[in-house]
Amino acid sequence: MIFVSVGHQTPFDRLVMAMDEWAAKHPNQEVFAQIGECDYIPRHMAQSRWLSATEFDEKLAECSSMVAHAGTGTILKVLLLGKPILVMPRFAALGETRNDHQIGTARHFAEAGLVLVADDEQAMLSMVPRLAEWRPAGGISQWAQPALIDRLSRFVESA
Amino acid sequence: MKILAVASGGGHWIELLRLTPFFELHDTTYTTVNATYADDVDGQPFCVVKDATSWTPWATVVLACQILVIVLSRRPDVVITTGAAPGLFALVFGRLIRARTIWLDSIANVDELSRSGRMARRFADLWLTQWPHLAGESGPEYAGSVL
Repeated sequence: MIFVSVGHQTPFDRLVMAMDEWAAKHPNQEVFAQIGECDYIPRHMAQSRWLSATEFDEKLAECSSMVAHAGTGTILKVLLLGKPILVMPRFAALGETRNDHQIGTARHFAEAGLVLVADDEQAMLSMVPRLAEWRPAGGISQWAQPALIDRLSRFVESA
Repeated sequence: MKILAVASGGGHWIELLRLTPFFELHDTTYTTVNATYADDVDGQPFCVVKDATSWTPWATVVLACQILVIVLSRRPDVVITTGAAPGLFALVFGRLIRARTIWLDSIANVDELSRSGRMARRFADLWLTQWPHLAGESGPEYAGSVL
C-alpha cells in the first residue's frame, strides 16, 4: 500500500489530485490518502480526512512506501522505519503554506539521500514507480543528537 | 525540575518528542494542539490547546489565554518549545513567572529562521537553531539537531 499524507493544517490539493490520477491509472495498486483540509475529494483511492497519531502510525507500519508533503514530522516518522518516501514541497505562492520552508526541507533531505523529491505534479507522477526499488541512504537514530540533549541538560542545570 | 514542553502539530510535535531522553530526566508536562497526540506520551501530564496561526487571529487569542492558564497553573521552572505560535506564547508567559525559556527552531527552517523563531529571540534565554549556517554571534546558537 502507498500511504499518501498532506498533514492537518492547510489544503494541498495538487498532491491529492496527482495521486488520485496515479491511482486511477494503477487500479491494482492499493493507495490510502489522508487528505486533511483538501477541497478535492479523491475518487480512485481510499481516504480519510484526519488520522489520530495512532492511526497514522498504523498506516505507516502497514504501507510499503509513502508520498507526502515535505513536512518534517512525516519525513522523520518514515525514516525511523527506513521506508521509502517521495515528497512534494508546498508552495507559499499557491497558498499551500505560509512560507516556502518545505522547499528547503525537501532539498536538504534529498541531498542526504533520505527522500525522493518531486517539484511538481508531473514530476511526482513520473517518480511514484521509483518507490518500488529506491531506498533511503540510511536510517536515523531514535532520538535527537546526544550533543543537543546534553546542551539542554547543561542549560537547565546552570540555573 | 518542572518542565513545560510545548509544540504545535505535525513536525513541531515530532521534533519535540525526539528530545524525550531529556524530558524523562525531569517532571515534564506536554502541551500541543491535537488530543490524539496523548498516545505519544503515554501517561505523562498532557494539555491540549487550540491550533492557531497568523492566519487565524481569533483562534490565536483563545490559544494565548489557554497557554497563560497552563503556565500559571503548572508553574514550570523551564519552558521549552519547537514552535510555533503555542510555543511563542509559552515563552512570553514563561518569562512572566521567571521560568527559564528555550526556543529550538524547527529543522524545517533550513534557509532562514521561522518568523516565530525570530520573534522568540526576545523571550528565549536559550535560542537555538538546528542549522550551523544559521547560527552566529548575534544570531541563534547551534548545538546539534533532532536528527
